Amino acid sequence: MVQPDLQTVRLSNGKEITVHTQLFINNEFVPGHGPLIETINPATEEVICSVHSADKQDVDAAVNAAATCFKDTWRKVAPAEKARLIHKLADLMERDRDELATLDALDNGKAFTVARDVDITDSIACYRYFAGWADKIHGKTIDTTFDKLCYTRHEALGVVGAVIPWNYPTMMAAWKFAPALAAGNCIVMKTSEITPLPAYKFAALVKEAGFPAGVVNIITGYGHTTGSFLGSHPLVSKMAFTGSTATGRKIMESSSSSNLKKLQLELGGKSAQIVCADADLDKAAEWSCGGIFNNHGQSCNAGSRILVHESVHDQFLELFIKHTKAMIKIGDPFDEDTFQGPQISKGQFEKILNYIEIGKKEGAIVSYGGKRWGNKGYYIEPTVFTNCHNQMRVMREEIFGPVVVIAKFKTIEEAIDIANDSDYGLAGGVYTTDLDTAITVTNEVKTGTMWVNCFDVFDQSTPFGGYKQSGFGKELGKYALQEYTQVKVVKILRSSKI
Amino acid sequence: MSLTTEFTTADGYKLTLNTGLFINNEFVEGSSTIETINPSTGQVITAVQAAEAKEVDAAVEAAHKAYYGGWKNSCPRERARLMHKLADLVERDIDELAHIETLDNGKPLKDALSFDVPGLAGQLRYFAGCTDKVHGKVIETQGKLSYTIHEPIGVCGGIIPWNFPLAMLSWKIAPALAMSNTVVIKTSELTPLSALKLGSLIVEAGFPPGVINIITGYGHVAGDLLARHMKVSKIAFTGSTAVGRLIMKAAAETNLKKVTLELGGKSPNIVFDDVENLDEAVFWSRLGIYMNAGQVCCAGSRIFVQEGIYDQFIEKFKALAASGTVGNPYDANTIQGPQISERQFERVMGYIESGKEEGATCLLGGNRVGDSGYFIEPTIFTDVTTKMKIMQEEIFGPVVAITKFKDVDEVIAMAHDTDYGLAAAVFTSSLKRAITVSNRLEAGTVWVNCYNQISENVPFGGYKQSGNGRENSVYALDNYTQIKAVKINIGL
Repeated sequence: MVQPDLQTVRLSNGKEITVHTQLFINNEFVPGHGPLIETINPATEEVICSVHSADKQDVDAAVNAAATCFKDTWRKVAPAEKARLIHKLADLMERDRDELATLDALDNGKAFTVARDVDITDSIACYRYFAGWADKIHGKTIDTTFDKLCYTRHEALGVVGAVIPWNYPTMMAAWKFAPALAAGNCIVMKTSEITPLPAYKFAALVKEAGFPAGVVNIITGYGHTTGSFLGSHPLVSKMAFTGSTATGRKIMESSSSSNLKKLQLELGGKSAQIVCADADLDKAAEWSCGGIFNNHGQSCNAGSRILVHESVHDQFLELFIKHTKAMIKIGDPFDEDTFQGPQISKGQFEKILNYIEIGKKEGAIVSYGGKRWGNKGYYIEPTVFTNCHNQMRVMREEIFGPVVVIAKFKTIEEAIDIANDSDYGLAGGVYTTDLDTAITVTNEVKTGTMWVNCFDVFDQSTPFGGYKQSGFGKELGKYALQEYTQVKVVKILRSSKI
Repeated sequence: MSLTTEFTTADGYKLTLNTGLFINNEFVEGSSTIETINPSTGQVITAVQAAEAKEVDAAVEAAHKAYYGGWKNSCPRERARLMHKLADLVERDIDELAHIETLDNGKPLKDALSFDVPGLAGQLRYFAGCTDKVHGKVIETQGKLSYTIHEPIGVCGGIIPWNFPLAMLSWKIAPALAMSNTVVIKTSELTPLSALKLGSLIVEAGFPPGVINIITGYGHVAGDLLARHMKVSKIAFTGSTAVGRLIMKAAAETNLKKVTLELGGKSPNIVFDDVENLDEAVFWSRLGIYMNAGQVCCAGSRIFVQEGIYDQFIEKFKALAASGTVGNPYDANTIQGPQISERQFERVMGYIESGKEEGATCLLGGNRVGDSGYFIEPTIFTDVTTKMKIMQEEIFGPVVAITKFKDVDEVIAMAHDTDYGLAAAVFTSSLKRAITVSNRLEAGTVWVNCYNQISENVPFGGYKQSGNGRENSVYALDNYTQIKAVKINIGL
């Protein structure tokens, strides 16, 4: 018996909702030929339901649907019409904001209020931002010699593959879909098998908005199977991946051994927040607290290392712990007061607790937290390590949980060196009231984003993406369009003379 | 006093018309009134309030207050949301707006429904998408952090014509609002009604008071006051070249406000003998001159046909021009409505007379249609010389002058024998000729194998005395932006 697409799921408050569980290919929900995968509610450790997953023939079907749609339909749709469809999709997301937020909170464990006010809200803004680009993608005419007309076209790539993570299910989908659609591509997206439910609800809205069949295709499955089939598919022109650096390498390898598809990788980070002696310490403490503990520490750009000038270290630490206590209320995702929900899964939960043990063994001191919270659900207390130095594993390796490591520095040059002493280069921050310091530090630290006197502040119009092994390519902003277009130059010779 | 009036159109559509001045989100009285005429009948529709010094000041004050009171630093997403909302309302009320446009301007209702009103919505949506995409540059300089910021200008005045009232309004307000300027628009006293109806939608959409102000008034009164106002930082004008000069002069004599001008044209339409499909060239050429009863700044009012196909072209063009109904704009078969006013009617008839007097052949038309309203037959003059008035001066009516040419150098010289440079067209199947000729033509828009194709994402504007500045597309934002360079010394 094939599991029907619609399943009824009960929430912790007793409410029931209906979810889609089949693959979304060519504007239809269809059964998958891969195994049924159980998705777990991380707040209760219980199974929510099972979802269909895609095997190789399903990936083929999705890619073929996208390729046919691109060739026959989507590339002929006027840009202003594409914009209209994307705006319509955003309208529908606004209409169903609460439902989308519920699914993010249920499947991921983030607080419902955060899902609604941050994840879904920013996703809608992302679609609207990129809709505005659809009819503004310009090539150039370029003067060369008098007898030639030369111009560039910024063309769509065709079929784009995307593999997204579980930490911001709806928002990570938006960051890929929005620019890809605005630039005129068709997409096959593999969601994380840990959080498959939000995107299947989104798929229903895609169909309702009126997108032609095959423009958007959403499947789920394991990375090493479904993801791998997508990454090596010869008809996929580009892979956009957000996830671990280890998996990023595999995506790169599969591109090199298949069709050299273009790549965009958004990988891990170990971003440093630098607190200078002249910083407004209370504000720095408040911002840096959010900088690590937002989303339960499950952000690639988490400010997970804090470097504090030795003269203000103790004062800062006191303020940091004060803000942690005030800000972080742990609880059920559907509680109005909850700031921090559970970590995503048993595997992640155990990995983080293991890092806490490693930190202790390396000589770091637990100044706050350090243990599981409660006895049901994958909850971990916000944890503060002090007495750290940059050779410790907890200072170098991405923990991806609510664990911050704090170290001291003597001079700004030292702080910059420590910040740069990492294979990662995703983001960073500096807290200072001095103009010269702000500009010097932001110039010298090798990361894709530098925040000054704030952290984790995103806008749809500013680009985001890493240096070094945090990846390459930009999301958000006009820069993102480059990732989803290819440049052709046309050179017309109009003279009959050779 | 009531600032609305009820009116039922000839096709039975009931309208509630706004007749006040739209200032600070309210409809208010003016210092006097102006009657607006239905050009299809010559009858008065209603009287509208007219702005004089007091009201122009009030509108500029409102715009000034709104600019510094929050619009200048408004959130881009919020501006986009408001502009999209206004576009939604325009689309909701398309029937009503199109009926008002046809009533006041005389254009066929199906044109208002398919071009004018959708053009207004499309323009708003295009520029709504621009609000959060304003980028300056960071420029590498030694020892400094140097960057540019693209800032709005302030209170922007717009003086718009009567030929496409709603579309012309949108060409001014959309880029201005996107860049967070506030606006005072003076509509033409000949076609005040559709913009005033938009005032109701502006309030419904939720724009803060004073961001958009719409006033009716005479050019030499309200228009002049706006062009001279010391608190207006920029004026955008679409209209005749003669008035464009006055605007420039007014700016020079007051605060040197920035000026952009969209003026007249006498655009050359060049048909080579290697056109692949002569019927298509004839189709576009006819659209090029007779659309909107010839009341288009970029009208292809001089047609140059290469001698090898001249006779064929004339025969086909004459037949096509003679077909199609000139008359009742509510009739689905009508392709041409009246001229806008008695004065314009007289002016066009005067040019027809001058053409005959100067010895050109009136091959088709030349007469009034019917005896009420300002309708003129599609008119063709042949056997023209380049110095004739009908070849040099902008007629702004359904009158085309057609002549023949031998080769490309000759036709380009003839095409350039004008002070204007708004648009041009080339009909050919030769790739080389298409590119070479469009490169050589001194015009802001060159159409190849088409005419009058205008879209919100491609720039439009003139060379020479057809004006300066571009409307439509991201280029239009330049008109509503001023650039500040910041150089921070960091002593590296």
